[in-house]
Amino acid sequence: MSSTNEIRKQMLIKAPQSRVWRAIADSAQFGAWFHVRLESPFVVGQPTSGQITYPGWEHVRFTLRTEAIEPETRFAYRWHPYAVDVKKDYSSEPMTLVEFLLEPQDGGTLVTVVESGFDQLPPERIAEAFRMNERGWAEQLDNIRAHVA
Amino acid sequence: MSPDRTAVAARRAQDAAPLFAALGDATRLQLLMRLSASGPESIAQMSEKSAVTRQAITKHLQVLSDAGFVAGERRGREHIWRLRPQRFRDVQAQLDRLSKQWDDALERLRAFVEHEGPP
Repeated sequence: MSSTNEIRKQMLIKAPQSRVWRAIADSAQFGAWFHVRLESPFVVGQPTSGQITYPGWEHVRFTLRTEAIEPETRFAYRWHPYAVDVKKDYSSEPMTLVEFLLEPQDGGTLVTVVESGFDQLPPERIAEAFRMNERGWAEQLDNIRAHVA
Repeated sequence: MSPDRTAVAARRAQDAAPLFAALGDATRLQLLMRLSASGPESIAQMSEKSAVTRQAITKHLQVLSDAGFVAGERRGREHIWRLRPQRFRDVQAQLDRLSKQWDDALERLRAFVEHEGPP
């Protein structure tokens, strides 16, 4: 996972792990805070779709494909990031992997979200190549590398 | 987020998908790295030390050009291709925006679990 760009976020939630797990892995509850009306449960290997309910985005159909359901610890899916142009077919484009990782912390639950695989691009390799060319780029790529754990 | 700002975000998002898609190919990454290391080159120069055919290189350069990572210009009988650094800064900006969207989503998850959702 360290060879691709990734975004990593954490949030401590004051609730038991089982409660946080349901809010993520139950597709109806997931949809409530993610602002999407999902039409079926999450099933490993299967797509789950629904209409976005966020104001201004209601025309957009949302689809993810569940990759892993490991009760109370890990929920993972793939999707097309930014797939919001209804006229465009995204099916041939690479998908990113989104993982929700749960662990107990300080009487609550620490949620870590990792989204990875934006461009299947080994940042250290292009950083090296680009640094030869233009100094400004190296700085930008260092920023990109900061996303890599 | 207000509807206006959401519409702006939607337009930006539409711009982002082809950026990531254009980078999601090994041959295209090699072409970018090559142009980065060598400076502007013609397709003939790029195909010299490559196992990929000129036709394939032309096709990949077109994808990269559509996504704004390279630009071509005619010099005499040849087409010379060069990198456009600004586009890589755009990629970073898109990652930053997506990062911010996750901050917002996690905040909504927290509010949902702690205050709104079923126990």
